[in-house]
Amino acid sequence: MRLYDVELRFRLMLGTAQYPSPAVLLDAIKASRSEVVTVSLRREAGGSRAGQAFWSMIRNLGLRVLPNTAGCHTVKEAVTTAHMAREVFGTPWIKLEVIGDHDTLQPDVFGLVEAARILTEDGFEVFPYTTEDLSVCGRLVEAGCRVLMPWGAPIGSGRGLNNPYGLRTLRAHFPETPLIVDAGLGRPSQAAAAMELGYDGVLLNTAVAKAGDPVRMAEAFGQAVEAGRLAHLAGPMEPRDMAAPSTPVMGMALLS
Amino acid sequence: MADVTVIGAGVAGLTCALALAERGASVEVIDRGERLGAEACSWYAGGMLAPWCERESAEPLVAELGEEAIDYWAERVPGVMRKGTLVVAPARDVPDLARFARRTERFGWVDGERIATLEPDLAGRFSKGLFFSEEGHLDPRDALDALSEALARQGISIRFGVEVENEAPSSPTIVDCRGFGARDALPDLRGVKGEMVLVRTKDVTLSRPVRLLHPRHPVYIVPRDDGLFMIGATMIESSERGRVTARAMLELLGAAYAVHPAFAEAEIIEIGADVRPAFPDNLPRISRRGRTFHVNGLFRHGFLLAPALARRVAATVLHGTHYPEVMDEDQLQR
Repeated sequence: MRLYDVELRFRLMLGTAQYPSPAVLLDAIKASRSEVVTVSLRREAGGSRAGQAFWSMIRNLGLRVLPNTAGCHTVKEAVTTAHMAREVFGTPWIKLEVIGDHDTLQPDVFGLVEAARILTEDGFEVFPYTTEDLSVCGRLVEAGCRVLMPWGAPIGSGRGLNNPYGLRTLRAHFPETPLIVDAGLGRPSQAAAAMELGYDGVLLNTAVAKAGDPVRMAEAFGQAVEAGRLAHLAGPMEPRDMAAPSTPVMGMALLS
Repeated sequence: MADVTVIGAGVAGLTCALALAERGASVEVIDRGERLGAEACSWYAGGMLAPWCERESAEPLVAELGEEAIDYWAERVPGVMRKGTLVVAPARDVPDLARFARRTERFGWVDGERIATLEPDLAGRFSKGLFFSEEGHLDPRDALDALSEALARQGISIRFGVEVENEAPSSPTIVDCRGFGARDALPDLRGVKGEMVLVRTKDVTLSRPVRLLHPRHPVYIVPRDDGLFMIGATMIESSERGRVTARAMLELLGAAYAVHPAFAEAEIIEIGADVRPAFPDNLPRISRRGRTFHVNGLFRHGFLLAPALARRVAATVLHGTHYPEVMDEDQLQR
Protein backbone atom coordinates (compact mmCIF):
# COMPACT_ATOMS: atom_id res chain seq x y z
CA MET A 1 0.00 0.00 0.00
CA ARG A 2 1.39 3.38 -1.00
CA LEU A 3 0.38 6.45 0.99
CA TYR A 4 1.91 9.69 -0.25
CA ASP A 5 4.98 7.99 -1.70
CA VAL A 6 5.49 5.82 1.36
CA GLU A 7 5.29 2.10 0.79
CA LEU A 8 3.73 0.11 3.66
CA ARG A 9 3.59 -3.65 4.07
CA PHE A 10 0.82 -3.85 6.65
CA ARG A 11 -2.59 -2.28 6.31
CA LEU A 12 -3.74 -1.78 9.87
CA MET A 13 -3.08 1.52 11.60
CA LEU A 14 -3.56 1.99 15.33
CA GLY A 15 -4.52 4.96 17.45
CA THR A 16 -2.59 5.42 20.68
CA ALA A 17 -5.24 6.74 23.11
CA GLN A 18 -7.10 5.11 26.00
CA TYR A 19 -4.85 2.11 26.63
CA PRO A 20 -4.48 0.84 30.22
CA SER A 21 -0.81 1.86 30.11
CA PRO A 22 1.91 2.84 27.64
CA ALA A 23 3.44 -0.61 28.13
CA VAL A 24 0.21 -2.28 26.96
CA LEU A 25 0.04 0.17 24.05
CA LEU A 26 3.53 -0.81 22.90
CA ASP A 27 2.75 -4.53 23.13
CA ALA A 28 -0.49 -4.00 21.22
CA ILE A 29 1.28 -2.15 18.43
CA LYS A 30 3.79 -4.97 18.12
CA ALA A 31 1.08 -7.62 18.10
CA SER A 32 -0.91 -5.77 15.43
CA ARG A 33 2.18 -5.38 13.21
CA SER A 34 1.03 -1.83 12.46
CA GLU A 35 3.62 0.35 10.78
CA VAL A 36 1.66 3.56 11.30
CA VAL A 37 0.30 4.94 14.58
CA THR A 38 -1.81 8.03 15.09
CA VAL A 39 -1.34 10.34 18.01
CA SER A 40 -3.32 13.33 19.18
CA LEU A 41 -1.69 16.59 20.17
CA ARG A 42 -4.39 18.89 21.16
CA ARG A 43 -4.95 18.12 24.77
CA GLU A 44 -1.57 16.83 25.81
CA ALA A 45 0.04 20.03 24.60
CA GLY A 46 -0.79 22.09 27.65
CA GLY A 47 0.95 25.41 27.94
CA SER A 48 4.45 24.28 27.15
CA ARG A 49 4.72 21.02 25.26
CA ALA A 50 4.20 19.16 28.49
CA GLY A 51 3.21 15.99 26.62
CA GLN A 52 6.86 15.46 25.62
CA ALA A 53 7.34 12.22 27.54
CA PHE A 54 4.48 10.45 25.76
CA TRP A 55 5.38 11.90 22.38
CA SER A 56 9.02 10.92 22.58
CA MET A 57 7.93 7.41 23.54
CA ILE A 58 5.82 7.32 20.35
CA ARG A 59 8.66 8.79 18.29
CA ASN A 60 11.08 6.20 19.65
CA LEU A 61 8.96 3.32 18.39
CA GLY A 62 10.59 3.76 15.00
CA LEU A 63 7.20 3.65 13.31
CA ARG A 64 5.67 6.18 11.01
CA VAL A 65 3.64 8.64 13.06
CA LEU A 66 0.40 10.05 11.70
CA PRO A 67 -0.44 12.93 14.05
CA ASN A 68 -4.09 13.88 14.18
CA THR A 69 -6.16 16.95 14.92
CA ALA A 70 -8.65 15.08 17.13
CA GLY A 71 -10.91 17.37 19.11
CA CYS A 72 -10.67 20.33 16.71
CA HIS A 73 -13.98 21.92 15.85
CA THR A 74 -12.87 24.75 13.58
CA VAL A 75 -10.62 25.14 10.55
CA LYS A 76 -8.34 27.45 12.47
CA GLU A 77 -7.87 25.06 15.40
CA ALA A 78 -7.16 22.19 13.02
CA VAL A 79 -4.62 24.17 11.00
CA THR A 80 -2.82 25.39 14.12
CA THR A 81 -2.72 21.86 15.55
CA ALA A 82 -1.38 20.50 12.25
CA HIS A 83 1.47 22.99 12.32
CA MET A 84 2.34 22.03 15.86
CA ALA A 85 2.23 18.35 14.91
CA ARG A 86 4.65 18.95 12.05
CA GLU A 87 7.04 20.62 14.44
CA VAL A 88 6.79 17.97 17.16
CA PHE A 89 6.95 14.88 14.94
CA GLY A 90 8.85 16.22 11.93
CA THR A 91 6.37 14.77 9.44
CA PRO A 92 4.23 16.36 6.73
CA TRP A 93 1.54 13.74 7.41
CA ILE A 94 -1.58 14.89 9.20
CA LYS A 95 -4.81 13.06 9.90
CA LEU A 96 -7.25 15.90 9.56
CA GLU A 97 -10.32 15.89 11.80
CA VAL A 98 -12.69 18.83 11.89
CA ILE A 99 -15.57 17.82 14.12
CA GLY A 100 -19.03 19.15 13.30
CA ASP A 101 -21.19 17.64 15.99
CA HIS A 102 -20.25 17.07 19.59
CA ASP A 103 -22.44 14.02 20.15
CA THR A 104 -21.77 12.02 17.01
CA LEU A 105 -18.28 13.43 16.35
CA GLN A 106 -19.43 13.64 12.74
CA PRO A 107 -16.95 15.47 10.50
CA ASP A 108 -17.77 19.05 9.50
CA VAL A 109 -17.22 18.34 5.82
CA PHE A 110 -17.23 22.01 4.78
CA GLY A 111 -14.53 22.92 7.29
CA LEU A 112 -12.70 19.71 6.40
CA VAL A 113 -12.41 20.62 2.70
CA GLU A 114 -11.28 24.15 3.54
CA ALA A 115 -8.68 22.99 6.06
CA ALA A 116 -7.47 20.29 3.64
CA ARG A 117 -6.89 22.96 0.95
CA ILE A 118 -5.03 25.29 3.33
CA LEU A 119 -2.81 22.50 4.66
CA THR A 120 -2.08 20.96 1.25
CA GLU A 121 -0.99 24.35 -0.09
CA ASP A 122 1.26 24.58 2.93
CA GLY A 123 3.03 21.34 2.04
CA PHE A 124 1.14 18.94 4.32
CA GLU A 125 0.11 15.46 3.21
CA VAL A 126 -3.45 15.30 4.41
CA PHE A 127 -5.38 12.19 5.51
CA PRO A 128 -8.92 13.56 5.87
CA TYR A 129 -11.36 11.88 8.28
CA THR A 130 -14.57 12.22 6.28
CA THR A 131 -18.05 10.82 5.79
CA GLU A 132 -18.50 8.37 2.92
CA ASP A 133 -20.18 11.12 0.85
CA LEU A 134 -19.07 10.95 -2.80
CA SER A 135 -19.12 14.66 -3.53
CA VAL A 136 -17.30 15.57 -0.34
CA CYS A 137 -14.63 13.01 -1.19
CA GLY A 138 -14.43 14.53 -4.68
CA ARG A 139 -13.82 17.97 -3.17
CA LEU A 140 -11.16 16.57 -0.88
CA VAL A 141 -9.32 15.06 -3.82
CA GLU A 142 -9.60 18.41 -5.67
CA ALA A 143 -8.19 20.09 -2.58
CA GLY A 144 -5.11 17.91 -2.94
CA CYS A 145 -5.79 14.90 -0.69
CA ARG A 146 -4.22 11.73 -2.10
CA VAL A 147 -5.70 9.49 0.60
CA LEU A 148 -9.30 9.38 1.85
CA MET A 149 -10.41 8.12 5.24
CA PRO A 150 -14.17 7.61 5.34
CA TRP A 151 -15.75 6.58 8.62
CA GLY A 152 -17.29 3.18 9.16
CA ALA A 153 -19.46 4.54 11.98
CA PRO A 154 -19.10 7.31 14.57
CA ILE A 155 -15.80 7.34 16.47
CA GLY A 156 -15.72 4.90 19.36
CA SER A 157 -19.16 3.48 18.62
CA GLY A 158 -18.00 0.01 17.60
CA ARG A 159 -20.91 -0.28 15.18
CA GLY A 160 -18.90 -1.45 12.20
CA LEU A 161 -19.74 -0.48 8.63
CA ASN A 162 -22.95 1.55 8.84
CA ASN A 163 -23.25 2.05 5.12
CA PRO A 164 -21.59 -0.74 3.13
CA TYR A 165 -23.38 0.42 -0.01
CA GLY A 166 -21.91 3.92 0.31
CA LEU A 167 -18.45 2.56 1.01
CA ARG A 168 -18.67 0.25 -2.02
CA THR A 169 -19.76 3.16 -4.22
CA LEU A 170 -16.89 5.26 -2.95
CA ARG A 171 -14.45 2.49 -3.78
CA ALA A 172 -15.87 2.27 -7.31
CA HIS A 173 -15.61 6.04 -7.84
CA PHE A 174 -12.06 6.36 -6.56
CA PRO A 175 -10.31 3.26 -7.85
CA GLU A 176 -6.87 4.88 -7.74
CA THR A 177 -7.03 6.73 -4.41
CA PRO A 178 -6.02 4.79 -1.30
CA LEU A 179 -9.13 4.44 0.88
CA ILE A 180 -8.88 3.68 4.57
CA VAL A 181 -11.84 3.03 6.83
CA ASP A 182 -11.28 5.20 9.87
CA ALA A 183 -13.40 4.96 13.00
CA GLY A 184 -16.40 3.01 14.19
CA LEU A 185 -15.03 -0.52 14.01
CA GLY A 186 -15.59 -2.75 17.03
CA ARG A 187 -14.71 -6.25 15.91
CA PRO A 188 -12.13 -7.88 13.66
CA SER A 189 -14.90 -9.27 11.41
CA GLN A 190 -15.90 -5.69 10.60
CA ALA A 191 -12.33 -4.84 9.66
CA ALA A 192 -12.22 -7.90 7.44
CA ALA A 193 -15.49 -6.79 5.82
CA ALA A 194 -14.00 -3.37 5.01
CA MET A 195 -10.98 -5.01 3.42
CA GLU A 196 -13.20 -7.40 1.43
CA LEU A 197 -14.89 -4.32 -0.05
CA GLY A 198 -11.51 -3.47 -1.52
CA TYR A 199 -10.45 -0.88 0.99
CA ASP A 200 -6.72 -0.36 1.26
CA GLY A 201 -6.50 -0.23 5.01
CA VAL A 202 -8.18 0.24 8.35
CA LEU A 203 -7.51 2.64 11.20
CA LEU A 204 -8.86 2.03 14.68
CA ASN A 205 -8.23 2.75 18.33
CA THR A 206 -11.02 2.13 20.85
CA ALA A 207 -11.77 -1.43 19.70
CA VAL A 208 -8.26 -2.45 20.70
CA ALA A 209 -7.57 -0.07 23.58
CA LYS A 210 -10.80 -0.92 25.43
CA ALA A 211 -10.80 -4.64 24.73
CA GLY A 212 -10.49 -7.00 27.68
CA ASP A 213 -7.02 -7.93 26.44
CA PRO A 214 -5.82 -5.15 24.11
CA VAL A 215 -2.71 -7.04 22.96
CA ARG A 216 -4.63 -10.11 21.87
CA MET A 217 -7.30 -7.95 20.20
CA ALA A 218 -4.60 -6.03 18.30
CA GLU A 219 -3.28 -9.30 16.94
CA ALA A 220 -6.82 -10.36 15.99
CA PHE A 221 -7.38 -7.13 14.06
CA GLY A 222 -4.01 -7.49 12.34
CA GLN A 223 -4.95 -10.97 11.14
CA ALA A 224 -8.48 -9.91 10.14
CA VAL A 225 -7.13 -7.09 8.00
CA GLU A 226 -4.73 -9.48 6.28
CA ALA A 227 -7.52 -12.04 5.78
CA GLY A 228 -9.89 -9.44 4.34
CA ARG A 229 -7.20 -8.18 1.98
CA LEU A 230 -6.40 -11.71 0.77
CA ALA A 231 -10.09 -12.41 0.29
CA HIS A 232 -10.47 -9.28 -1.81
CA LEU A 233 -7.51 -10.24 -3.97
CA ALA A 234 -8.79 -13.80 -4.27
CA GLY A 235 -12.21 -12.67 -5.49
CA PRO A 236 -15.00 -13.93 -3.23
CA MET A 237 -17.81 -15.94 -4.75
CA GLU A 238 -21.18 -14.27 -5.22
CA PRO A 239 -23.98 -15.33 -2.88
CA ARG A 240 -26.80 -17.24 -4.52
CA ASP A 241 -30.23 -18.45 -3.52
CA MET A 242 -30.08 -22.03 -4.73
CA ALA A 243 -27.90 -24.57 -3.08
CA ALA A 244 -25.01 -25.74 -5.22
CA PRO A 245 -23.48 -28.97 -4.00
CA SER A 246 -19.75 -28.82 -3.64
CA THR A 247 -19.45 -32.53 -4.27
CA PRO A 248 -20.32 -33.71 -7.78
CA VAL A 249 -23.57 -35.70 -7.88
CA MET A 250 -22.50 -37.68 -10.87
CA GLY A 251 -21.28 -41.15 -10.23
CA MET A 252 -23.40 -41.80 -7.17
CA ALA A 253 -23.41 -45.35 -6.07
CA LEU A 254 -26.44 -47.13 -7.42
CA LEU A 255 -27.80 -50.21 -5.87
CA SER A 256 -29.27 -52.41 -8.47
CA MET B 1 22.22 11.47 62.38
CA ALA B 2 19.20 9.49 61.24
CA ASP B 3 19.61 5.98 59.78
CA VAL B 4 17.23 6.82 56.97
CA THR B 5 16.27 10.05 55.24
CA VAL B 6 12.92 9.96 53.49
CA ILE B 7 12.62 12.58 50.77
CA GLY B 8 9.08 13.70 50.03
CA ALA B 9 6.17 14.08 52.45
CA GLY B 10 3.42 12.85 50.16
CA VAL B 11 1.51 9.69 50.90
CA ALA B 12 4.39 7.48 49.76
CA GLY B 13 7.01 9.28 51.84
CA LEU B 14 4.93 9.48 55.01
CA THR B 15 3.83 5.83 54.94
CA CYS B 16 7.42 4.70 54.28
CA ALA B 17 8.76 6.87 57.09
CA LEU B 18 6.16 5.55 59.50
CA ALA B 19 6.76 1.93 58.51
CA LEU B 20 10.50 2.36 59.10
CA ALA B 21 10.01 4.20 62.39
CA GLU B 22 7.52 1.62 63.67
CA ARG B 23 10.16 -1.04 63.02
CA GLY B 24 12.76 0.80 65.05
CA ALA B 25 14.73 2.78 62.50
CA SER B 26 15.68 6.37 63.22
CA VAL B 27 14.12 8.36 60.42
CA GLU B 28 14.02 11.92 59.18
CA VAL B 29 11.62 13.31 56.56
CA ILE B 30 12.38 16.26 54.33
CA ASP B 31 10.15 17.94 51.74
CA ARG B 32 10.69 20.85 49.40
CA GLY B 33 7.21 22.29 50.09
CA GLU B 34 6.53 24.95 52.68
CA ARG B 35 3.89 22.89 54.47
CA LEU B 36 2.16 19.51 54.35
CA GLY B 37 0.71 18.85 50.91
CA ALA B 38 2.06 22.02 49.31
CA GLU B 39 4.13 20.10 46.75
CA ALA B 40 2.52 16.66 46.96
CA CYS B 41 0.15 15.32 44.32
CA SER B 42 -1.46 13.36 47.20
CA TRP B 43 -3.08 16.65 48.20
CA TYR B 44 -5.33 16.42 45.15
CA ALA B 45 -6.12 12.72 45.43
CA GLY B 46 -9.65 11.39 45.48
CA GLY B 47 -9.00 9.11 48.43
CA MET B 48 -10.91 6.14 47.04
CA LEU B 49 -9.80 2.82 48.45
CA ALA B 50 -11.12 0.86 45.51
CA PRO B 51 -8.81 -2.02 44.60
CA TRP B 52 -11.50 -3.90 42.68
CA CYS B 53 -12.96 -0.96 40.74
CA GLU B 54 -9.49 0.04 39.66
CA ARG B 55 -9.10 -3.30 37.90
CA GLU B 56 -11.12 -1.72 35.11
CA SER B 57 -7.93 -0.17 33.79
CA ALA B 58 -5.18 -1.49 36.07
CA GLU B 59 -3.16 -4.69 36.15
CA PRO B 60 -4.08 -7.40 38.73
CA LEU B 61 -1.09 -6.36 40.88
CA VAL B 62 -2.84 -3.10 41.81
CA ALA B 63 -5.75 -5.00 43.34
CA GLU B 64 -3.41 -7.46 45.08
CA LEU B 65 -1.34 -4.70 46.67
CA GLY B 66 -4.34 -2.51 47.37
CA GLU B 67 -6.36 -5.06 49.28
CA GLU B 68 -4.67 -4.26 52.60
CA ALA B 69 -5.13 -0.50 52.25
CA ILE B 70 -8.58 -0.15 53.82
CA ASP B 71 -7.55 -1.84 57.09
CA TYR B 72 -4.30 0.11 57.16
CA TRP B 73 -6.04 3.46 56.88
CA ALA B 74 -8.92 2.54 59.19
CA GLU B 75 -6.37 1.85 61.93
CA ARG B 76 -4.61 5.18 61.49
CA VAL B 77 -7.07 7.77 60.22
CA PRO B 78 -10.37 8.77 61.81
CA GLY B 79 -13.29 8.87 59.39
CA VAL B 80 -12.30 6.11 56.99
CA MET B 81 -15.56 4.96 55.45
CA ARG B 82 -16.36 1.39 54.41
CA LYS B 83 -19.49 2.01 52.43
CA GLY B 84 -18.39 0.62 49.10
CA THR B 85 -18.36 2.17 45.66
CA LEU B 86 -21.34 2.68 43.37
CA VAL B 87 -20.75 2.64 39.62
CA VAL B 88 -23.54 3.97 37.41
CA ALA B 89 -24.02 4.90 33.77
CA PRO B 90 -26.60 7.00 31.94
CA ALA B 91 -29.09 4.92 29.95
CA ARG B 92 -27.27 5.38 26.65
CA ASP B 93 -23.94 4.25 28.10
CA VAL B 94 -25.19 1.08 29.80
CA PRO B 95 -22.99 -1.08 27.49
CA ASP B 96 -20.04 0.48 29.32
CA LEU B 97 -21.31 -1.04 32.59
CA ALA B 98 -21.07 -4.49 31.04
CA ARG B 99 -17.50 -3.79 30.00
CA PHE B 100 -16.66 -2.50 33.48
CA ALA B 101 -18.22 -5.61 35.00
CA ARG B 102 -16.24 -7.92 32.72
CA ARG B 103 -12.97 -6.36 33.81
CA THR B 104 -13.57 -6.14 37.56
CA GLU B 105 -14.56 -8.41 40.46
CA ARG B 106 -16.23 -8.46 43.90
CA PHE B 107 -19.29 -6.45 42.93
CA GLY B 108 -22.99 -7.05 42.54
CA TRP B 109 -25.35 -5.75 39.87
CA VAL B 110 -27.89 -3.32 41.30
CA ASP B 111 -31.16 -2.08 39.84
CA GLY B 112 -32.85 1.29 40.26
CA GLU B 113 -34.56 0.24 43.47
CA ARG B 114 -31.34 -0.91 45.11
CA ILE B 115 -29.53 2.23 43.95
CA ALA B 116 -32.27 4.26 45.64
CA THR B 117 -31.76 2.33 48.87
CA LEU B 118 -28.02 2.87 48.80
CA GLU B 119 -28.14 6.49 47.73
CA PRO B 120 -31.64 7.94 48.22
CA ASP B 121 -30.73 11.13 46.36
CA LEU B 122 -30.06 9.11 43.22
CA ALA B 123 -33.56 7.55 43.29
CA GLY B 124 -35.04 7.42 39.81
CA ARG B 125 -31.88 8.68 38.15
CA PHE B 126 -30.17 5.40 37.20
CA SER B 127 -31.70 2.04 36.44
CA LYS B 128 -28.55 -0.07 36.49
CA GLY B 129 -25.26 -0.07 38.31
CA LEU B 130 -22.51 -2.04 39.99
CA PHE B 131 -21.97 -2.04 43.74
CA PHE B 132 -18.52 -2.83 45.13
CA SER B 133 -19.57 -3.29 48.75
CA GLU B 134 -16.12 -3.98 50.26
CA GLU B 135 -14.44 -0.77 49.14
CA GLY B 136 -13.86 2.38 51.16
CA HIS B 137 -12.85 6.01 51.01
CA LEU B 138 -11.10 8.65 53.07
CA ASP B 139 -10.21 12.32 53.00
CA PRO B 140 -6.60 12.35 51.77
CA ARG B 141 -5.76 15.58 53.55
CA ASP B 142 -6.96 14.16 56.88
CA ALA B 143 -4.91 11.08 56.15
CA LEU B 144 -1.72 13.08 55.50
CA ASP B 145 -2.35 14.99 58.74
CA ALA B 146 -2.86 11.75 60.66
CA LEU B 147 0.39 10.30 59.28
CA SER B 148 2.27 13.44 60.18
CA GLU B 149 0.90 13.25 63.73
CA ALA B 150 1.75 9.57 63.98
CA LEU B 151 5.32 10.43 62.96
CA ALA B 152 5.40 13.21 65.54
CA ARG B 153 4.44 10.66 68.19
CA GLN B 154 7.52 8.69 67.10
CA GLY B 155 9.56 11.86 67.61
CA ILE B 156 9.86 12.60 63.91
CA SER B 157 9.04 16.04 62.59
CA ILE B 158 8.98 16.79 58.89
CA ARG B 159 11.50 19.40 57.77
CA PHE B 160 9.81 21.53 55.13
CA GLY B 161 11.36 23.86 52.59
CA VAL B 162 14.39 21.60 52.05
CA GLU B 163 15.62 21.18 48.47
CA VAL B 164 17.74 18.03 48.08
CA GLU B 165 19.67 19.76 45.30
CA ASN B 166 21.02 22.24 47.84
CA GLU B 167 21.37 19.94 50.80
CA ALA B 168 22.21 16.31 50.04
CA PRO B 169 21.17 14.06 52.95
CA SER B 170 24.13 12.55 54.78
CA SER B 171 22.35 9.55 56.29
CA PRO B 172 23.51 6.09 55.19
CA THR B 173 20.18 5.25 53.54
CA ILE B 174 17.83 7.41 51.50
CA VAL B 175 14.26 6.54 50.61
CA ASP B 176 13.34 8.76 47.68
CA CYS B 177 9.59 9.33 47.46
CA ARG B 178 9.60 12.50 45.38
CA GLY B 179 7.05 11.28 42.87
CA PHE B 180 7.37 13.06 39.54
CA GLY B 181 10.11 15.21 41.10
CA ALA B 182 12.44 12.20 40.85
CA ARG B 183 12.41 12.05 37.07
CA ASP B 184 16.04 13.23 37.05
CA ALA B 185 16.97 9.86 38.57
CA LEU B 186 14.27 7.71 36.93
CA PRO B 187 14.27 8.47 33.21
CA ASP B 188 11.27 6.29 32.32
CA LEU B 189 9.03 8.09 34.80
CA ARG B 190 6.37 10.22 33.16
CA GLY B 191 3.65 12.57 34.36
CA VAL B 192 -0.08 11.99 33.94
CA LYS B 193 -1.91 15.17 34.69
CA GLY B 194 -5.07 15.14 36.77
CA GLU B 195 -7.46 18.00 37.46
CA MET B 196 -10.05 18.09 40.25
CA VAL B 197 -12.66 20.37 41.74
CA LEU B 198 -13.95 20.56 45.29
CA VAL B 199 -17.53 21.75 45.72
CA ARG B 200 -19.92 22.19 48.62
CA THR B 201 -23.67 21.67 48.61
CA LYS B 202 -26.28 20.68 51.18
CA ASP B 203 -28.80 19.81 48.46
CA VAL B 204 -27.43 16.37 47.73
CA THR B 205 -26.06 13.71 50.03
CA LEU B 206 -23.96 10.73 49.02
CA SER B 207 -22.63 8.08 51.37
CA ARG B 208 -19.97 6.62 49.15
CA PRO B 209 -17.94 7.41 46.02
CA VAL B 210 -20.06 7.36 42.89
CA ARG B 211 -18.43 6.69 39.54
CA LEU B 212 -20.23 7.76 36.40
CA LEU B 213 -19.17 5.87 33.31
CA HIS B 214 -18.99 7.95 30.19
CA PRO B 215 -17.14 7.17 26.96
CA ARG B 216 -15.35 10.50 26.97
CA HIS B 217 -15.45 11.96 30.47
CA PRO B 218 -15.70 9.33 33.17
CA VAL B 219 -15.91 11.02 36.55
CA TYR B 220 -16.04 10.11 40.20
CA ILE B 221 -17.57 12.03 43.06
CA VAL B 222 -16.22 11.38 46.53
CA PRO B 223 -18.25 12.72 49.47
CA ARG B 224 -16.34 14.33 52.32
CA ASP B 225 -17.43 15.97 55.57
CA ASP B 226 -19.50 19.16 55.79
CA GLY B 227 -21.22 18.83 52.42
CA LEU B 228 -17.93 18.75 50.52
CA PHE B 229 -17.55 16.68 47.37
CA MET B 230 -14.38 16.00 45.47
CA ILE B 231 -15.04 15.66 41.74
CA GLY B 232 -12.25 14.17 39.67
CA ALA B 233 -10.28 13.54 37.78
CA THR B 234 -8.92 14.07 34.32
CA MET B 235 -6.17 11.80 32.95
CA ILE B 236 -3.91 13.56 30.50
CA GLU B 237 -0.54 12.43 29.18
CA SER B 238 1.21 15.58 30.27
CA SER B 239 3.73 16.67 32.88
CA GLU B 240 2.23 20.11 33.27
CA ARG B 241 1.59 20.93 36.92
CA GLY B 242 -0.94 23.30 38.37
CA ARG B 243 -2.79 24.66 35.37
CA VAL B 244 -6.50 23.82 35.39
CA THR B 245 -8.24 24.13 32.04
CA ALA B 246 -11.77 25.34 31.37
CA ARG B 247 -12.30 22.16 29.37
CA ALA B 248 -11.53 20.01 32.39
CA MET B 249 -13.99 21.95 34.52
CA LEU B 250 -16.67 21.70 31.82
CA GLU B 251 -16.20 17.95 31.71
CA LEU B 252 -16.02 17.32 35.45
CA LEU B 253 -18.87 19.63 36.40
CA GLY B 254 -20.97 18.52 33.43
CA ALA B 255 -20.59 14.92 34.51
CA ALA B 256 -21.38 15.77 38.13
CA TYR B 257 -24.50 17.55 36.92
CA ALA B 258 -25.47 14.37 35.10
CA VAL B 259 -25.18 12.47 38.39
CA HIS B 260 -27.37 15.00 40.16
CA PRO B 261 -28.60 18.44 38.99
CA ALA B 262 -28.07 19.88 42.49
CA PHE B 263 -24.36 20.00 41.72
CA ALA B 264 -25.12 22.91 39.39
CA GLU B 265 -25.91 25.04 42.45
CA ALA B 266 -22.95 23.84 44.51
CA GLU B 267 -20.36 26.33 45.67
CA ILE B 268 -16.93 25.89 44.10
CA ILE B 269 -14.46 25.68 46.96
CA GLU B 270 -11.26 24.80 45.18
CA ILE B 271 -9.87 23.69 41.87
CA GLY B 272 -6.54 21.98 41.55
CA ALA B 273 -4.24 20.01 39.28
CA ASP B 274 -1.06 18.05 39.65
CA VAL B 275 0.90 15.30 38.00
CA ARG B 276 0.75 11.61 38.89
CA PRO B 277 4.08 9.82 38.61
CA ALA B 278 3.88 6.74 36.40
CA PHE B 279 6.18 4.16 34.83
CA PRO B 280 5.37 2.80 31.35
CA ASP B 281 3.31 -0.09 32.79
CA ASN B 282 1.53 2.24 35.25
CA LEU B 283 2.70 -0.04 38.08
CA PRO B 284 4.63 1.00 41.19
CA ARG B 285 8.27 0.14 41.64
CA ILE B 286 10.88 0.03 44.38
CA SER B 287 14.31 0.36 42.83
CA ARG B 288 17.73 0.67 44.42
CA ARG B 289 20.50 2.98 43.24
CA GLY B 290 23.42 2.70 45.66
CA ARG B 291 22.28 3.95 49.06
CA THR B 292 18.99 5.27 47.62
CA PHE B 293 15.75 3.31 47.44
CA HIS B 294 13.29 4.87 45.01
CA VAL B 295 9.61 4.30 45.72
CA ASN B 296 7.72 5.64 42.77
CA GLY B 297 5.17 5.15 40.00
CA LEU B 298 2.13 4.95 42.28
CA PHE B 299 0.22 6.64 39.41
CA ARG B 300 -3.44 7.17 40.31
CA HIS B 301 -3.26 4.72 43.21
CA GLY B 302 -1.29 6.59 45.86
CA PHE B 303 -3.48 5.94 48.91
CA LEU B 304 -4.36 2.47 47.67
CA LEU B 305 -0.80 1.26 47.16
CA ALA B 306 1.24 3.22 49.69
CA PRO B 307 0.61 0.90 52.67
CA ALA B 308 1.74 -2.22 50.79
CA LEU B 309 4.78 -0.45 49.38
CA ALA B 310 5.77 1.08 52.71
CA ARG B 311 5.74 -2.33 54.36
CA ARG B 312 7.96 -3.72 51.61
CA VAL B 313 10.33 -0.77 51.68
CA ALA B 314 10.83 -1.13 55.42
CA ALA B 315 11.63 -4.84 55.11
CA THR B 316 13.92 -4.17 52.16
CA VAL B 317 15.83 -1.39 53.87
CA LEU B 318 16.10 -3.09 57.24
CA HIS B 319 16.43 -6.75 56.27
CA GLY B 320 17.29 -6.81 52.57
CA THR B 321 14.09 -8.63 51.64
CA HIS B 322 13.42 -8.87 47.91
CA TYR B 323 9.91 -8.40 46.52
CA PRO B 324 9.98 -9.41 42.86
CA GLU B 325 6.46 -8.09 42.16
CA VAL B 326 7.58 -4.49 42.72
CA MET B 327 11.38 -4.73 42.52
CA ASP B 328 12.23 -6.58 39.31
CA GLU B 329 13.17 -3.96 36.78
CA ASP B 330 12.32 -6.21 33.88
CA GLN B 331 8.60 -5.76 33.39
CA LEU B 332 8.21 -9.10 31.68
CA GLN B 333 9.15 -10.87 34.90
CA ARG B 334 6.38 -9.28 36.86
